[in-house]
Amino acid sequence: MKFMLLSDIKQGHKARIVRVGGSGALRRRIFEMGIIKGTEVYIEKYAPLKDPLELIVKGYHLSLRVEEAAQITVEPI
Amino acid sequence: MNSRKLIIALAGNPNSGKTTIFNNLTGAHQKVGNWSGVTVEKKEGVITRHGYELTIIDLPGTYSLTPFSIEEIVARNFVLDAHPDVVIDIIDASNLERSLYLATQLREIDCKVLFALNMADMAKSRGVKIHADKLSELLDVPVVFTVGNKNEGMDALLKKAIELAENTRQTPEGRKVHYSPDIETAVADLQNFIHQVLPEKLPYSERWTAVKLIEDDKIVHERILSLSGDHQQALEAQIRLARQYITDRFDDDPEIIMTDERYGFIAGIVKEAVTASARQRVDISRNIDLVLTNRFIGFPIFILFIWGMFQLTFSVGKYPQEWITACVHALSAALEMHLPDSLFKDLLLNGVIAGVGSVIVFLPNILILFFCISLFEDTGYMARTAFLMDKIMHAIGLHGKSFIPMLMGFGCNVPAIMATRTLESEKDRILTILITPFMSCSAKLPIYIVLAGTFFATRAGTVIFIIYLTGVVLSIITGRLLRTTLLKGLDAPFVMELPPYRIPMAKSVMIHMWERSKMFLKKMGNIILIGSIVIWTLSAFPRHIEYSRNYEAEIQNLQSRGALQMPGDAAARRTLEKETAAAMDDIKGQMQAEHVEKSYMGQLGKLLAPVFAPIGIDWRGSVALLSGFVAKEIVVSTLGILYVARGDNKTEALRTALASSDMTPLSAVSMLVFVLLYLPCLATIATIRRELRSWKWTAFSIGYSTSLAWVMAFLVYHGGRFLGF
Repeated sequence: MKFMLLSDIKQGHKARIVRVGGSGALRRRIFEMGIIKGTEVYIEKYAPLKDPLELIVKGYHLSLRVEEAAQITVEPI
Repeated sequence: MNSRKLIIALAGNPNSGKTTIFNNLTGAHQKVGNWSGVTVEKKEGVITRHGYELTIIDLPGTYSLTPFSIEEIVARNFVLDAHPDVVIDIIDASNLERSLYLATQLREIDCKVLFALNMADMAKSRGVKIHADKLSELLDVPVVFTVGNKNEGMDALLKKAIELAENTRQTPEGRKVHYSPDIETAVADLQNFIHQVLPEKLPYSERWTAVKLIEDDKIVHERILSLSGDHQQALEAQIRLARQYITDRFDDDPEIIMTDERYGFIAGIVKEAVTASARQRVDISRNIDLVLTNRFIGFPIFILFIWGMFQLTFSVGKYPQEWITACVHALSAALEMHLPDSLFKDLLLNGVIAGVGSVIVFLPNILILFFCISLFEDTGYMARTAFLMDKIMHAIGLHGKSFIPMLMGFGCNVPAIMATRTLESEKDRILTILITPFMSCSAKLPIYIVLAGTFFATRAGTVIFIIYLTGVVLSIITGRLLRTTLLKGLDAPFVMELPPYRIPMAKSVMIHMWERSKMFLKKMGNIILIGSIVIWTLSAFPRHIEYSRNYEAEIQNLQSRGALQMPGDAAARRTLEKETAAAMDDIKGQMQAEHVEKSYMGQLGKLLAPVFAPIGIDWRGSVALLSGFVAKEIVVSTLGILYVARGDNKTEALRTALASSDMTPLSAVSMLVFVLLYLPCLATIATIRRELRSWKWTAFSIGYSTSLAWVMAFLVYHGGRFLGF
């Protein structure tokens, strides 16, 4: 299975979370917002300036900066 | 009737409809303050229902009770330490899974919790059906259906809350999160240890304490250690052991594993309590976002909205502003007529009314701006503006949400600084407040027009533009500088929800506007009043000035000469009358200038002259700049008095006077730079103080901006001289 970074997934595609990297408060915050291992996310869009990006996770819309998404390993589906 | 008092706290995610429910419950009986020591807004309301006096506290909206942000710390501390009788957790039914995360955390703290399942109608229309009885049974928590924006279920909610508060049954032990056996072992071991070494004096439940210690919760950790006395080291060792035990088995930090397991627990509940027919969300909100955050037209629309907001606030707001000015003038004219001349009259007219009047004119701007901002917030567009602007703002070390307050700074700093309340992170707020004054406000424009217009004629526009740009550039530099020094740390992570668009409710918009205006008007009553009186005292005293010439005699002389020599010829008489009037103006102008020069204000200006000399500003300039402390507009009129500008068209007259004075284009530029950057006006300082709740930061803001102004003006002045200007 090929793993990718969340920040490399194109708009309109889905992925499943494999690992959330990074450290400290930010990592925990990402977890608490429901981005945990096994969760499916849908890349709704990138902002006009290509950063941040908008995801659909657990039925709600969440935005993350590209640098934050680059710490999240996913499996494209 | 002797009514019993109960405290009910409202908890919930941001955008869960919590504020709407709070507004429904308390209506006009709410007061807004701050949680002690922090800038987070505290709203509470007292109502009487069913024979009870209910104090409803609106806790800050949070996604979790992990103490990262100030909101979370405030919400958690209130639940833990203030022991509310009941906590109502507002659960957004269309966002059940994430809402339940906070709910499970509240369940873990031993407090009485009640769920308000809000907006279940909306969830239903999306094909999500929630079985409340099942949810209630699984979590062992009473559930009430509410529809906040239709004001449904409020009474049932209060009834249930009272019932729960009066229920003496202990909160059940079961139905909380159960972690996997290894974690439960570690928790149980630590719990036992705590039970042995910390008898009786534990502020929280033993299990919760153990869980938080394993999660490395800094606040609980510190508090428990301070209580543990001799056992401190043993306890530390025990915590390390428990954490290590979990880390070894799961290969990740315990707090991450436990968050993961909480979501696992929630997934189980959702599976049983929810039947969903449609998976993918097809809603209006997504379609709106196809346009509003569109790659190509997202920005143009955003700019259009901002432009509209600016126009409404400052152009439309100009009319009521003029009415207020007219009222203030009428009031002072009436007082002028009816009060006998006295020191008190002078104080009232030129101190109090003139000072407060010059600030109260901002009220229409504030009302309109906050009308627009609450529309942006309540519809959900505010989150989109942050989404659009974040990349640019992030470069300065700020959050996307800082954009709107900073932009409004170009209009007036007072509402702009108040608008920083939309920022969640305290550091972001402080930083935004500190750099907003560099956005050149509209009150400074008249000064630019006079100075640049006089010395640069056709190139005045370019000069003014460069001044504005300098402000923006310096705000960026300041932002980056403070981020790496005093306000160290990364800007708040941009993990931000983009809530679904909603139709704003008139009631909540009104409450929002009213609160802001009330805050502003309150400020009038104290700090601005005092400031105005101080400034007036400085310019009105000493009362008896030794004039270098006998102006009074000259004026009388002129009058009597006019009467004596009045020629019979009508045309000649008119000419003479005109000449007399001009001469009179001249003398009065010179007298006024000398009065200002010899007042304490003028003396202070002269005292400060050596400070201003290196940047090419003479004592007249320094007095004018000092007077600008009340309001920047006054700088122009003070210059007018000191340079004895004569004529009907004041601006033209001042230009002529300035051009023939010893001011050079270079010293004019130096003064422009100084005006751009130096200390904000009194109203802004009062707002900064209010919003930051700290004299230290307020003093920093004043000191930093003024020293920066001096250094920049110095560089410009001497750099210019070096280059031969």
